[in-house]
Amino acid sequence: MPSNNLSENNPLLEIDGLYKAFGPVKAVNGITLTVPAGEVLGFLGPNGAGKSTTMKMVAGFLDPDRGTARICGVDVREQAKQAKANLGYLPEGAPAYGEMTPLSFLAFCAAIRGLKGAAGKQAVEQAIERTALEPVMKRRIETLSKGFKRRVGIAQAILHEPKVLVLDEPTDGLDPNQKQQVRELIQQLSSDRAIVISTHILEEVDAVCSRAVIIDRGVVVADGTADELRGLMPDAKDPSLEDVFRHLTNSDLPGGTNG
Amino acid sequence: MGNVLTIAGRELRGYFGTPIAYVFLVIFILMSGVMTFSLGNFFARGSADLSAFFVHVPWLMVVFIPAISMRLWAEERKSGTVELLMTLPISAGEAVIGKWLASVGFMAVALAATFPLWITVNFLGNPDNSVIGVSYLASLAMAAMLLAVGSCISAFTKNQVIAFVLAVAASFIIVTSGTPIVLDGVNAIAPQVVVDMVAALSALTHFTGATQGFVALSSIVYVVTMVVFWLFATVVVLSSKKAD
Repeated sequence: MPSNNLSENNPLLEIDGLYKAFGPVKAVNGITLTVPAGEVLGFLGPNGAGKSTTMKMVAGFLDPDRGTARICGVDVREQAKQAKANLGYLPEGAPAYGEMTPLSFLAFCAAIRGLKGAAGKQAVEQAIERTALEPVMKRRIETLSKGFKRRVGIAQAILHEPKVLVLDEPTDGLDPNQKQQVRELIQQLSSDRAIVISTHILEEVDAVCSRAVIIDRGVVVADGTADELRGLMPDAKDPSLEDVFRHLTNSDLPGGTNG
Repeated sequence: MGNVLTIAGRELRGYFGTPIAYVFLVIFILMSGVMTFSLGNFFARGSADLSAFFVHVPWLMVVFIPAISMRLWAEERKSGTVELLMTLPISAGEAVIGKWLASVGFMAVALAATFPLWITVNFLGNPDNSVIGVSYLASLAMAAMLLAVGSCISAFTKNQVIAFVLAVAASFIIVTSGTPIVLDGVNAIAPQVVVDMVAALSALTHFTGATQGFVALSSIVYVVTMVVFWLFATVVVLSSKKAD
């Protein structure tokens, strides 16, 4: 039984032997990772490598065939509700209810998370401020640009000050200025939290991540800081992360799942 | 319970945040009037009651309920918001009940909007208002039941058109299983006890009794059982299909 008592040394997020197959395709084939407080983990891999599937399992949306994940020591399979309370999750594509405004949408998320009245109002205001949503907070979400929609999703994920943040492609669709804002936000949040961001933008790793994990065909093929990953190609002269990425994942996977 | 009401409130506001609610309400009220006054021969009957309306309610519901239930889960799955909803700290049961409750609340508004009919019969004569009240409650109970069925069907698919068509078919079968169309057919191949069982499963049998002011305990048990069963089925379907 996992302990619910969180000591200083326990990682905030533990991914423990996650395995998921869709028919004959092993989407996630035994991924084990731990992320302590203060770390921003870049979760990299080609499309279909199993990034989103892993994140969906960590968030408790998808049931793994084997293995589990623990958020602040709480098992997402055994105590789903409690585990989700400590998690902020941005699903792929940042879905949100289009007919709502960011303000009403965030108020709804806050209410579900038990933040009501003054506490809810404050949480919503703070999330709107942090994600710079003020100009559009009373417009319908379906009329917003991709960048604003993404920020609505991020606002929803950080609303309740979760200890663990799992963000699936948080900067996808943002312009360079917005990307920079989101990266700064992630860095601000990272001091006492465990953050996982999936991305296929490799510059993100140098910009915001303290550690990167590359997965391919559902397994971890590299794990370390950006410099450590570059060191995996000792023969190459001054390799870029892109070189390392291509070197490690140089395979086209037919029939992969999305992400 | 708090989460259920929060979800129901959001969902219900969602209906009114789009033109769906207004289009639905206008057409529902129009059709109710047409059914009552034209098909129901309201004036020719010369009787101050609303049976000309209530006799058509099941058939209105066969078409109109699926128009509400089709989007319950199909839309969440299509737009991906199901992933957001199911990763909030709520149980699938709370989400299913909350959304269903909102759809029942919406149908309550639609039924309440037919109140001019009630005023009309009171203006024209002295109807038995308790029977009319019970008939309205029976209509809402039938709506609640068919919405639970539709909720389950909607959880099966991302396609709202498929959810609509299948829910119409299912509603039609549930409503008509007490009519001669079905019962005569069953009678031809099965003993009377089976015929009675099929009739007991029919929404129409229970509903007709209620509109005559007669509510049997079995009718209440029937509605509650159907709602619980179909909402439970929704949770099961959703849990297995949500990520497809």
